[in-house]
Amino acid sequence: MSLKHDIEFTLNGVKRQASVDVTMNTLAMLRDVIGLTGTKYGCGEGECGACTIQVDGVSLNSCLMFAVDCDGRELTTIEGLANDSKADALREAFVEHGAVQCGFCTPGMIMQADHLLHKHPHADAECVKRGIEGNLCRCTGYKKIVDAIVAAEDGQRTAP
Amino acid sequence: MSVSEKKTRIIEPDSLIGKRIPKMDAPEKASGRTRYIHDINLSGQLYGKILRSGRIHALIKSIDTSAARALPGVHVVITAADIPDQRPIGVARDHFPLKVGRVRSQRDEIAAVAAESEEIAEAALKLIKVVYEDLPVISDPEDAIKPGAALIHPEPHGADGTHLHLKQGTSIAHRGKADNIAMRFDYAHGDVVKGEAESDVVIEDTFRLHYVTHCCMGVSGMIAEFDASGNLLMYSNTQVPFLHKREFAEYLNMDPARIRIIQPPIGGGFGSKLDIYPFEIICLFLARAAKRPVKMLFTREEEFLASPTRQPVLLTLRSGCKKDGTLTFRQVHTLHDNGAYTSWGATTPFVMMQTFSSLYRVPHCDYHTAAVYTNNPYAGSFRGYGNLQATFAIEQHMDMMAEAIGMDSLEFRLKNAQDSGETTGQGMVFKSCGFKDCINTAAQRSDYSRKFKENEANRGKPGNIKHGIGMASMLHVGGGAKIYPSDGCGTILKMDDFANVTLITGASEIGQGSETVLSQLVCEELGLPISAITVVNNDTAITPWDVGVHASRTTFIAGNSAIGAAKKAKAKILAVAAKKYDAAEADLDLRGGFVIKAASGEVVVELSKLLRNLHFQDKAELVMTTFYYEPPSVHQGKDFKGDVSAAYAWASQVVEVEVDTDTGMVRMTKITGAHDVGRVLNRLGIEGQIEGGMVMGQGYALTEDLMIVDGVMRNPNFRDYKLVTAPEIPEMDIAFIESMDGEGPQGAKGVGEAPSICIAAAAANAIRNATGVRMFELPFTPEKVYRALHGQTPKRYWKPWKAE
Repeated sequence: MSLKHDIEFTLNGVKRQASVDVTMNTLAMLRDVIGLTGTKYGCGEGECGACTIQVDGVSLNSCLMFAVDCDGRELTTIEGLANDSKADALREAFVEHGAVQCGFCTPGMIMQADHLLHKHPHADAECVKRGIEGNLCRCTGYKKIVDAIVAAEDGQRTAP
Repeated sequence: MSVSEKKTRIIEPDSLIGKRIPKMDAPEKASGRTRYIHDINLSGQLYGKILRSGRIHALIKSIDTSAARALPGVHVVITAADIPDQRPIGVARDHFPLKVGRVRSQRDEIAAVAAESEEIAEAALKLIKVVYEDLPVISDPEDAIKPGAALIHPEPHGADGTHLHLKQGTSIAHRGKADNIAMRFDYAHGDVVKGEAESDVVIEDTFRLHYVTHCCMGVSGMIAEFDASGNLLMYSNTQVPFLHKREFAEYLNMDPARIRIIQPPIGGGFGSKLDIYPFEIICLFLARAAKRPVKMLFTREEEFLASPTRQPVLLTLRSGCKKDGTLTFRQVHTLHDNGAYTSWGATTPFVMMQTFSSLYRVPHCDYHTAAVYTNNPYAGSFRGYGNLQATFAIEQHMDMMAEAIGMDSLEFRLKNAQDSGETTGQGMVFKSCGFKDCINTAAQRSDYSRKFKENEANRGKPGNIKHGIGMASMLHVGGGAKIYPSDGCGTILKMDDFANVTLITGASEIGQGSETVLSQLVCEELGLPISAITVVNNDTAITPWDVGVHASRTTFIAGNSAIGAAKKAKAKILAVAAKKYDAAEADLDLRGGFVIKAASGEVVVELSKLLRNLHFQDKAELVMTTFYYEPPSVHQGKDFKGDVSAAYAWASQVVEVEVDTDTGMVRMTKITGAHDVGRVLNRLGIEGQIEGGMVMGQGYALTEDLMIVDGVMRNPNFRDYKLVTAPEIPEMDIAFIESMDGEGPQGAKGVGEAPSICIAAAAANAIRNATGVRMFELPFTPEKVYRALHGQTPKRYWKPWKAE
């Protein structure tokens, strides 16, 4: 009863194909078709940032992007940051600075932070706060997330 | 451990307590590998969806599910008619999971579908036809108590108006209720009439607290599967697996022994998973009928509509004091909007009355709450449990009374603040109490007194930005809360041949870091690094009993339990070592993975080697211990008196604001918090709890407002329900008061709920300090503040009322 469309794209550095429903969003494709569950559903309306991924180097809410629009593009998800040394620093900083509590917002937050630091390599705390304002967190009060992102950039990855 | 053993080797003393220990589950979470309930799929799984009421208050005249049942891919469609033995759920057993004859709120469950996919399940819901007959809506609790008000739970009637002969039962769901009073609480100590007669100043004000909700980032969900023998396996986000096992069994009419609950990592709790909700029972009904696993997940909109809220409260407080600053009495009447059904929100007076009776020394206290049925959403438990509401009123009155008698507000607070050694009118015994330290520390660090005077002096000066500073303090249970006859937690501890520990605890991890702090306590006892421990805490078939995650109790109760098991293991190890190495047990200790001589730190034997020797000998033995900790607290009787917690936590918080008098916009610039936490165990973890709680309190004070108009939720999404975002957070300065509680694990007390409690009250005092205007209603949105600044908010007075 639904219309399928075949697309081809690069996901975390690997070329691949998928057959997706035309009404499907990228979040659902990643989770339900491809089976990568690191990208989270928080609201489905682009308000919480839990589903943040990078498409052609730009961060966006995967719940707001049709899966068919991934055709020909380069996607990076939290799983794809596994081989990126800069992202290692970010991940370590999140752990060591206590930026993770329930952890549900964390993958989206890290995808956004990674994008932010590529765009603004010398981001200070105020810049980081603006940079993650589209990512909601209910546990931490954001302070330790901001600390972690700033520290990752500074290379000060040991806890204060 | 590969360190070779040398006779002369000395191990220096070291401690994990107070260190910054990263959360053990953080690396997995930060790489997106953690599997939350949303990420788990079982083979053969179906997807469940619920049809909710299209009306606020109506009779269900008919439900036609035939078209939905005929849709390809649909396995099961159920309505109340399909489950004739449905049992009522909830704190007052007034709530059928699938509604019978009548809907009472927007979220009410009418029917449910299990299908091959979520899309098919949703399509099936659209095919279900329901005919309603609308009834008058009660959306104001004051209307609900008017004489002759329509009843929310009348005797159940069928579509034709005849009495419904529901399966016999005495619950409200079966028999109805002749008034709209869901619950009432009446408490008193002393004699308020006498107290009032002794007062030089008496003030009375009405405060109104609004709806907010938890907004866990991970939406609610569960997976249920019955095996071939009829045993039930649930993947659930409950915070109280052991009590809920029993309750689920009641609702399913099955033996609790045949229910197993596995708790995957949870995307936020904050009290929301403390009750059983209709969706959980409905998912079980679907799985039972389909004989397949059924997974049910909410959408975000559903999460807003069908989750519990914080308890909204209408409260009139009458307080008095003498000219010398001595408090004389407090009289409190509150009206709780219970919503259509009763969950834990109705019971928040348990905590509220503690704050009224015991935060400060009050010789006479009189407290009354009526929780009344309306057609609004129903309130559940939420971090702070009524204490945000109570503190909002009390701490404003503290400032107002100080002002009335011309006393410095800090001095007034200190004069009436509790000390250790006191027993309150409610029977709470304060052993460790750093309250005065909290007040003084928060005031000094924030430069409260100087700023307070300066801001007051600047009020009339030109400029639209006014600065304000305000203080509030809180008392909360910090050593568990004996809500049930047992408030305990069990631990099983085993050590392997390599001196690694497996800690099996009843306490659930809900993101708060309990797994890490429990590991720390055990490793501290056994002289091991934190890397030497594995925690198992998520499966009722394995873990020992625990009452659940609530009341800021886990570090205290589960911590003491874990220490108890570790101490037993240590005693056994030292006894073995003493015998083998011909030493006195008292002269030995465990440190750095070795048995050492306590006095010198000299290595006796590597612990792993000793454990292997113990294991691989003629009389082979393993180190395995168990411990059950029950705190020395009291289960309160009907008069609500008794020492309900083994320890009490204190905090004072100072909030600084900037108020733009042109726009009404309030910016929170700084929060200074001084917290009596007993002792800091994991500095990283406790900072995270406090910062997160402060910002949650900021949202409650300034931005969050679940708008309910005539029973309809107007903003069930993050666009219109405004959570605090990163750029809005204040500077946060946290000071720890270490009162070293005698009963607490390593001296620690609970902290989970404390940090969110004072913020709204302190913010109200800060706005007053900045502008001279006092805010009696939350939240302090630009519109509300602007109106108040321009004298357009008529002061509301709710005439105290109590149920007869």
